[in-house]
Amino acid sequence: MKTEFTQAELEQLEARFQARIDAEEKIEPKDWMPAGYRKNLVRQISQHAHSEVIGMQPEGNWITRAPSLHRKCVLLAKVQDEGGHGLYLYSATETLGVSREELIEALHEGVAKYASIFNYPALTWADIGAIGWLVDGAAIVNQVSLQRTSYGPYARGMVRICKEESFHQRQGYHIMMTLARGTAEQKAMAQDALDRFWWPSLMMFGPHDAESAHSAQSMKWKIKRQTNDELRQKYVDQSVRQAEVIGLTIPDPALKWNEARGHYDFGEIDWDEFNRVINGNGMCNRQRVAHHIKAHEDGAWVRDAIAAYESKKSRRAGAAAAQGEMSCQTI
Amino acid sequence: MSDHMKLFEVFIRSRRGLDHKHVGSLHAEDAQQALEYARDVYTRRSEGVSIWVVNSSDIVASQEGDCESFYDPLDDKPYRHATHYQLPEEVNNM
Repeated sequence: MKTEFTQAELEQLEARFQARIDAEEKIEPKDWMPAGYRKNLVRQISQHAHSEVIGMQPEGNWITRAPSLHRKCVLLAKVQDEGGHGLYLYSATETLGVSREELIEALHEGVAKYASIFNYPALTWADIGAIGWLVDGAAIVNQVSLQRTSYGPYARGMVRICKEESFHQRQGYHIMMTLARGTAEQKAMAQDALDRFWWPSLMMFGPHDAESAHSAQSMKWKIKRQTNDELRQKYVDQSVRQAEVIGLTIPDPALKWNEARGHYDFGEIDWDEFNRVINGNGMCNRQRVAHHIKAHEDGAWVRDAIAAYESKKSRRAGAAAAQGEMSCQTI
Repeated sequence: MSDHMKLFEVFIRSRRGLDHKHVGSLHAEDAQQALEYARDVYTRRSEGVSIWVVNSSDIVASQEGDCESFYDPLDDKPYRHATHYQLPEEVNNM
């Protein structure tokens, strides 16, 4: 495939590319695409993949302590799904010409980000409920929108993920509902989890549209289909009723139905906290990355064994071929 | 003829944004020829915008007879399905 273009050719290619996007057609891996589009996608999809995998940590932490065998099975299945989702997304990123190794290295070096929510600890069993209901709930709002993203492999990955994800939110809500209907102490535990996870879950949608570094270009390229603020509003609107039904209170005194807008008004996010966590100084940032690095290093012997086996196989194949030639000569 | 020509499996993407789907197979001398044959045989009525051809011998397939050991665990894990969780009517669209 031709890789060097004149300025005029480039402009023509870009115009054709944008026309395709404007016509709601998907971009596929072998299509020509602007370098910026590719770069933007690699950043976003790999960040999404890292989030799935790092997200296994706060939940995995509770597998041995789940309150019943059934809840343990459910949590195991959920964490297993998250690992699978990471795989779908890494594979989609790899269709853009980057290797898995580069992506993991960027995560370890702190160059690549992941969802800031996973830098908050899961302190109680109710947190597992809150993570499923709120964190997965927020992720689903975002992912449903991304099913219409312009890059084909990403869009198809999202369809698959959304289908599997619906059980995650429901099992989380079910945990919260069970606690909220339990003893006063259990209900208080559920409320406490909601209190701690509500605001970080709103932060998952990123900065306000006006301050979002990548938003405008991503919308033009239809990598993103709805803005951060639109998605956040949708999430707030759906969550209010869900909290009411199980008798829990969303920790926002400014939360109020706005008849004219047809949406809930809500309070301002603590952006200092958002920036602090994004920039590596949340409660668990160092722990999360250190754990991932350790798991990666602990697994080095597996990669070494694979490499050793491959070289043994090719050595034997080489020897067998030489042997074959020799026996031909003797005949 | 099939003694000499390899078998290829053909996959077609019917529209941008959709997965390639298996449509059939054909014999060809090499991958390039398989691609051209696939165009002639499987896309005469604008069935597709992209074709993949894969050497049939390169496909590794699970066997239906292996079902028990391969897929069985899925059936006793109903909690993997969203419908397993009974929620109040008002929030059941979650």
